[in-house]
Amino acid sequence: MTTQQGTLRPAVSVEDHVLGPADAPVTLVEYGDFQCPHCARAHRVLPKVLKRLGDRTRFVFRHFPLGESHPDAIHAAEASESVAAQVGEEGFWRMHDLMYDHQRDGDDSLDDAHLIRYAGQAGADPSTVALDLAADTYEQAVKSSFMSGVRSGVNGTPTFFINGRRFEGDWTSVDAFAAALESAAT
Amino acid sequence: MPNASKILQPGTPAPDFSLPVTPDQRVTLSDFRGRPVVLAFYPADWSPVCGDQMVLYNEVLSEFHKHHAELLGISVDGPWCHGAFAAQRKLHFPLLADFEPKGAVARQYGVYREHEGTTERALFVIDGEGVIRWSYLSPVGVNPGADGILEALESIDARAHAGSPSDGA
Repeated sequence: MTTQQGTLRPAVSVEDHVLGPADAPVTLVEYGDFQCPHCARAHRVLPKVLKRLGDRTRFVFRHFPLGESHPDAIHAAEASESVAAQVGEEGFWRMHDLMYDHQRDGDDSLDDAHLIRYAGQAGADPSTVALDLAADTYEQAVKSSFMSGVRSGVNGTPTFFINGRRFEGDWTSVDAFAAALESAAT
Repeated sequence: MPNASKILQPGTPAPDFSLPVTPDQRVTLSDFRGRPVVLAFYPADWSPVCGDQMVLYNEVLSEFHKHHAELLGISVDGPWCHGAFAAQRKLHFPLLADFEPKGAVARQYGVYREHEGTTERALFVIDGEGVIRWSYLSPVGVNPGADGILEALESIDARAHAGSPSDGA
């Protein structure tokens, strides 16, 4: 019980979904849920923040689906893993963007039929994604990401970690969020 | 800032209590003797931050259950309020009403906020013998997450395995 609370565990590795250079001085990790409205809001803030930092930041996304509150969130996370397994990391990020961009379209915008359609748009074979969802192929992978979040002190979605420490500041403002990353970069 | 000096510390026997969980049902701490109990004091039902904390614990409940631990949420809200809150957030664990006399249990644990009339945001992990093994006082605006609780439960398990054969089973 000596570990400090709110410390990222495990550290970022090749297992992660990463955008940006491996040697960037700042690593920003998000634990997110594709059906969480706050995460969708963060998704609109993040590109502006990351653009300001340029190649000084790498961004990592880990799954933290709150399945009791968001009934489609676990399948959404599994669908993104299915796409990543088929077409690689670029496909993962396309799927990630599509799900957040369409989250508010309607009550069913993240049901299996829609997830399979987005997966097709992200470059994956829709029938393989349908099979993976039915067979829960990526259930363990998503669960293990969730548990890494619990062990790291994730306290809701989204939770951000800057260079391994839980970020308690304001991520809703581009200026404030970018300033926090700037100070970690120096 | 919270006053960390008065919160009950590890090694202290957990004061027993009996509180309403619904308008006609009560929960008594000592009824759980033999397995760990997680007590999560939080300031109020419905505030968005609290919702996050209780919603998070609801999602992690199966991990607490792996340690045979019982999770009890406690605030000064009444049982009707707790009922509506638990139903709306689909919570699968009891919320206890430290409602009358107001905050009496929170005071015993050293986690009552006199000025606001609410409890602190504070966590206690109590072992099967009724002794506090871990306590944590969080700044009232910061959801403490579940990592500290899980580490405390693991360390209780480790003690039980290393300790007397009468433990565990």
